[in-house]
Amino acid sequence: MRILCCVKRVPITGGKMVLTEDEQALQTRHLGFTISPHEECGVEEAVRIVEAGGGEVVVLALGPAEAAEQLRECMALGADRAIHLESEEEWDAQATAGAIVEAIRAEAAPFDLIVFGNESADTGNYQVGIRVAYALSLPVVTGLKGLTLAEGRARCEQEVANGRDIYDVPLPAVVTVKEGLNLPRYPSVPAKLRANRKPVDLKPVVPPAARLQKLRLVVPEGQGKQAEVLGSGPEAAPEVIRVLQKLGVA
Amino acid sequence: MTETAKLPLSARAVVIGAGIVGNSLVYHLAELGWTELVLLDKGPLPNPGGSTGHASNFIFPVDHSKEMTQLTLDSVRQYREWDVFTESGGIEVARTEARMEELRRRVASAKAWGIEDTRLITPAEVKELVPFVEESVIVGGFYTPSVGIVDSLRFGTIARERAQASGALSVFANTEVLGIEVEQGRVKALRTSRGDIVTEVIVICCGVWSPKIARMAGASIPLTPAVHQMIDVGPVPHFKNTKGVIEFPIVRDMDTNMYERQDGSGLEIGSYAHRPILHDPEEIPSNEEAALSPTEFPFTQDDFTQQMEDALELIPDVLNDESVGIKYAINGLLSLTPDGLPLLGETPEVKGLWSAAAVWVKEGPGVGKAVAEWMTRGESEIDLQSSDIARFYEHQRSREHVRARAAEGFNKTYGIVHPGEQWESNRNVRLSPFYPRERELGARFFEAAGWERPQWYESNAKLLDEYGDRINRREAEWESRWWSPIINAEHLAMRDRAAMFDLTAFCVFDITGPGALETVQKVSMRQMDVAVGKVVYTPVLSPSGTFKSDLTVMRLGDEQFRVVTGGAHGMADLKWYADHRPEDGTASITDLTSAYTTLGLWGPRSREILASLTADDMSHEAFPFATCRTIELGSLRVLASRISYVGELGWELYVPIEQGAKLWDLVWEAGEPHGTVPAGIGVYGTTGRLEKCYRAFGFELDADFDVVEAGMAWGRVKSPDFVGKEAHVWQRESEPAAVLCTLTVDDHTSRSGVKRYPLGREPVLSRSGAPLLDAKRRRSYVTSAGAGPSIGKHILLSYLPPENASVGEELLVEYMGEQYPVVVATNDSTPVFDPENTRVKS
Repeated sequence: MRILCCVKRVPITGGKMVLTEDEQALQTRHLGFTISPHEECGVEEAVRIVEAGGGEVVVLALGPAEAAEQLRECMALGADRAIHLESEEEWDAQATAGAIVEAIRAEAAPFDLIVFGNESADTGNYQVGIRVAYALSLPVVTGLKGLTLAEGRARCEQEVANGRDIYDVPLPAVVTVKEGLNLPRYPSVPAKLRANRKPVDLKPVVPPAARLQKLRLVVPEGQGKQAEVLGSGPEAAPEVIRVLQKLGVA
Repeated sequence: MTETAKLPLSARAVVIGAGIVGNSLVYHLAELGWTELVLLDKGPLPNPGGSTGHASNFIFPVDHSKEMTQLTLDSVRQYREWDVFTESGGIEVARTEARMEELRRRVASAKAWGIEDTRLITPAEVKELVPFVEESVIVGGFYTPSVGIVDSLRFGTIARERAQASGALSVFANTEVLGIEVEQGRVKALRTSRGDIVTEVIVICCGVWSPKIARMAGASIPLTPAVHQMIDVGPVPHFKNTKGVIEFPIVRDMDTNMYERQDGSGLEIGSYAHRPILHDPEEIPSNEEAALSPTEFPFTQDDFTQQMEDALELIPDVLNDESVGIKYAINGLLSLTPDGLPLLGETPEVKGLWSAAAVWVKEGPGVGKAVAEWMTRGESEIDLQSSDIARFYEHQRSREHVRARAAEGFNKTYGIVHPGEQWESNRNVRLSPFYPRERELGARFFEAAGWERPQWYESNAKLLDEYGDRINRREAEWESRWWSPIINAEHLAMRDRAAMFDLTAFCVFDITGPGALETVQKVSMRQMDVAVGKVVYTPVLSPSGTFKSDLTVMRLGDEQFRVVTGGAHGMADLKWYADHRPEDGTASITDLTSAYTTLGLWGPRSREILASLTADDMSHEAFPFATCRTIELGSLRVLASRISYVGELGWELYVPIEQGAKLWDLVWEAGEPHGTVPAGIGVYGTTGRLEKCYRAFGFELDADFDVVEAGMAWGRVKSPDFVGKEAHVWQRESEPAAVLCTLTVDDHTSRSGVKRYPLGREPVLSRSGAPLLDAKRRRSYVTSAGAGPSIGKHILLSYLPPENASVGEELLVEYMGEQYPVVVATNDSTPVFDPENTRVKS
């Protein structure tokens, strides 16, 4: 089984979001970077499939030179090698999908499964996976919370209101997955060190002429830390119980 | 009870920063009787987001520095008292023989500072205590059973709440400092996001943010935020049945600059091995913007790769297990200073503005207590001289200097640092006018207060032949590091003929005006109302009669006194004198350090040499000991002061700094026919001094000992009042608890047959190997050590209990894990060389 996981380097936004002066980007001076929780689950799922049945997990990112960090993280989780489409530019969903399709076609052998996060953690366009599937004429199922492969087919569980829809598609296929699909592992120290020795195929790419224009970014109201100090010491206990009861967990 | 609603209009003192230091400080201030205290933090409580919140919270008490060890031991006492200390034991492991030697040195420091329970253990014993350590990669360990972890946030909360409960303190979280109002050099008010508070005392306990807050008042707190990387792995199968937070001793992997510390089911792995990663206080995000806390920066994986390899070697049982994952990884910020020591005390720039910064969790409560004592009583029980924020010269507060030294010091956090070790970065900042001459003479420069100062001269290597067997060669690499036998040759040439010394690093300041006498009388223990032209060497006492400094004062006029003191402590002395001027402004103080250079000339030929350059009468009768006057040497008018720190006839010669080179050339030429040599500080500060048993501040003289114990209570107590007088009089009337003695080493031969020479700070033991403890529970240790080339013996100074302080008493000194026989040579200020002081007074 050959599986491709596509991931995106995004800032970790635990605190208040601050925009650059031109309102074209997020101020990332203080921020760390990661991949989205959806993508983490995608990589974990791919690694588990290959651990159980053999094969190869390839992880792909389109992004700046620093995106190599995220590819190494994925390889520390068990991916075997990486493709880095390197570009400092910002790419829209259509252009991104185009570059990924080209990279897939350049591979010596086709992939049996191509995994995306349901949407990226920063721009949230929900498009790239579907566009790639369309371009490659492959079936695509989105928003998966369950995935089982057997006899050349994928049983896909998609979360819907009050239940799950089940789709059964032939491989090769494209899936986009959501956090909760599995519980991703933490990388071990030897896995981290192994990741440093795994191959990364670095391919500089140039974006096509933009067809979308970003006007400006706006930080929505109510962003930032929502923590409230309820008190300290034993005196805080009644207040904690009240909150737990309100949440229906006590 | 974490917050009071309304900011008061005024306060006795405002403490900014509710980390381990600020919380501890307000508690101790309240305990010492201060009320109307305010504690502010811009973050929420109990964890406002500073370095305390992400500290690894473990404490290894042993340090080579007495001051840091005392602060740490006091902190442990306080943590234990409030039940937030969990003893785990700790082992510093060695991967190399050089490190084992260092660990032996640590055992000695532990004994010198009274930590009795430490011992060296074998790799097998390490394995027994910490089963997941791979014993084949280590050669041994230094085990301290009293190592433990603390809950520093809990301690802070208890401290703060106790001060609140006493009614002395109000606390305001989420309160940002906007400005500090200063009038005529004094703190007037604090501006905050909640309003203004009128106050005369502000204490900055803001950790990595401290420089930014100090700048609001025009003061500087020279530290830089720096990254300490840490990861947390787990769950560790070895810890499966662990009930508490920690059951296994903490391991410090000294040679890789790393530690491994159990945290429940996980293991924290921290490092001081990565490249120095320095930040600016302005770069730190706000609490709101920070993803974690403001001082937990995103982890930079590449900096940690080698550390993972190293950790894997030491604890493969844990880390090779693929189920043990890296769950958390941060670049945590901590504070680094140019010399690695905290920044405590009132800032020299602004009265009433105090700093308690660059303090780690291990010494936090001790610092809180000591600074509170200093603020309320004018001195602390633990001597804070090395941490005094007044110690820095201008250039040492510059951003570049701070960053250069912090970067250089960072990787020495677990380093093997020789007591004579020199900094490499940002050198050649202060150059004396003699510098070009000294370079030509092959001077080996050591740094003193930023000055480049010759320690010895390679051009004197020819003297080694002249003195042959009288020069000791040191066989062990450790003792010959930062040392040369040439020092001993220069010493002998000085005793035989004469030697020139570059003393430009002296700190020199004048106190002038109608209130000048009152000022110097108040600060100096000895009589200052002397005839113009007298030079007085005097102790400077703390209120409790211990040593604040020792220095020399020349009376140059009725209303002019010139203070000359060592460079290292000069800035703190300057502040101490400035702080004791009369309120009416009748005394001025002028720093002349950069205005004058000092050339020392000592040795039996020095009178002839100077006489050949001057028409002035240099005879003993005309120019007696302990006097000064202006003489003409060639075309230069020179202030000559006849005193000596090396026990020889001679003078300190002061000229304006631009005339220094001319002075050097004159004396050099006149000295040549007499066989004069240039000599370095190796002679001035060690060999010459120790043969005369002269005491040095920071070595023999500190806040742990008094004038009587130091054997310096000669003469009558002067009648005018001075700081520490009452205590001093009482000390004179009581029996001293310790006596400063001079000892010599009887046999240097180690078990391996190599001769070893203690360098100072070693424990002094009875002949049966028992520690010596005086009535004030102080251990006997070597305060200074060095060669005595003229007496052919290695000399040690040490305070001994009176029962051991008899001439001829046989004792031991422990050095590098072995014990050497020593004997008491003198038990007062009588020198071992020229006991009658005939040379000085000839």
